Amino acid sequence: MKTVSLILALLLMAANAWAIDTNHLPTPALQARYETLTHQFRCLVCQDEDIYTSNADLAVQLRDKVRDMLVAGKTNQQIIDYMVDRYGNFVLYKPPVEGNTLLLWFGPFALLLIALGGVAWIVKRRSAMTTDDPTERATP
Amino acid sequence: MWRYLLPLVLLVGFIGVFWHGLHSDPSRVPSPLIGKHVPAFTLPALKQPSKTVSNKEFNGQISLLNVWATWCFECKAEHPTLVQFSKRHNVPLYGLDYRDNRGKALAWLKKAGNPYDKVAFDATGAVAINWGVYGAPETYLIDSHGIIRHKYIGPLTPQQIKNDLMPRIAKLRAEQ
Repeated sequence: MKTVSLILALLLMAANAWAIDTNHLPTPALQARYETLTHQFRCLVCQDEDIYTSNADLAVQLRDKVRDMLVAGKTNQQIIDYMVDRYGNFVLYKPPVEGNTLLLWFGPFALLLIALGGVAWIVKRRSAMTTDDPTERATP
Repeated sequence: MWRYLLPLVLLVGFIGVFWHGLHSDPSRVPSPLIGKHVPAFTLPALKQPSKTVSNKEFNGQISLLNVWATWCFECKAEHPTLVQFSKRHNVPLYGLDYRDNRGKALAWLKKAGNPYDKVAFDATGAVAINWGVYGAPETYLIDSHGIIRHKYIGPLTPQQIKNDLMPRIAKLRAEQ
């Protein structure tokens, strides 16, 4: 058991080593903003990674861009707009709620509602079949 | 009746959604630049660094911009198609060679043929970022007002040129 936890601990430490990021911002505040921002942008060549984690050329370039813009005193919103203007909402891991993202945002909840409705309907019907005692009926 | 119909309707719906998902390519991301003016730039020409290529080239004519590099494998695969295109059709084709080595790029064009009217040399890739390039080769169709009307991501094929690109160009010509 101890060996297992040791291996797990080592693996967790290794996870930090995977991001080969050579950028260091001048102040801790800027560094924190840099990390938050680069975690928000999708790397378009390797779509399941953010630009903070990815080592693709494009990710490195975009990280440098974020760094340069932060050092130049741009706001987070200005940097987000810069990326969206060029790569579209797809570059954001959290796209805004718009017409074409409604399904993405609310689809799972709609499915959950349909499923719950189905379960409630079946339970109601079954309990109506097996018992006439209203106190034992499952409430939807 | 509903008991049997509803699950069936749901199933067909799901199959439809997943079918669509299977057949759409997530690496083709719609460009936000479509319908907008080409991003402004001025870059040295690939052949003669003393001369420049700029966004002004795209005014007054329907043209294409193809983004490529010699390190880009798919660009090389696409190249013969572009050479054919430039011989057959009278549509100006500009090139944007990015993050490349000038010597290698010139040697490649000499060997494989040069389909481009002019090639802009973007050593740092800064202009490519402004164009939202993420997966070369990419080809932009630009109308005579300098507005980007369509973008192809990945290598153009002769079929695409015949069935998609040329009809789009014909449509733009009719607009004028």
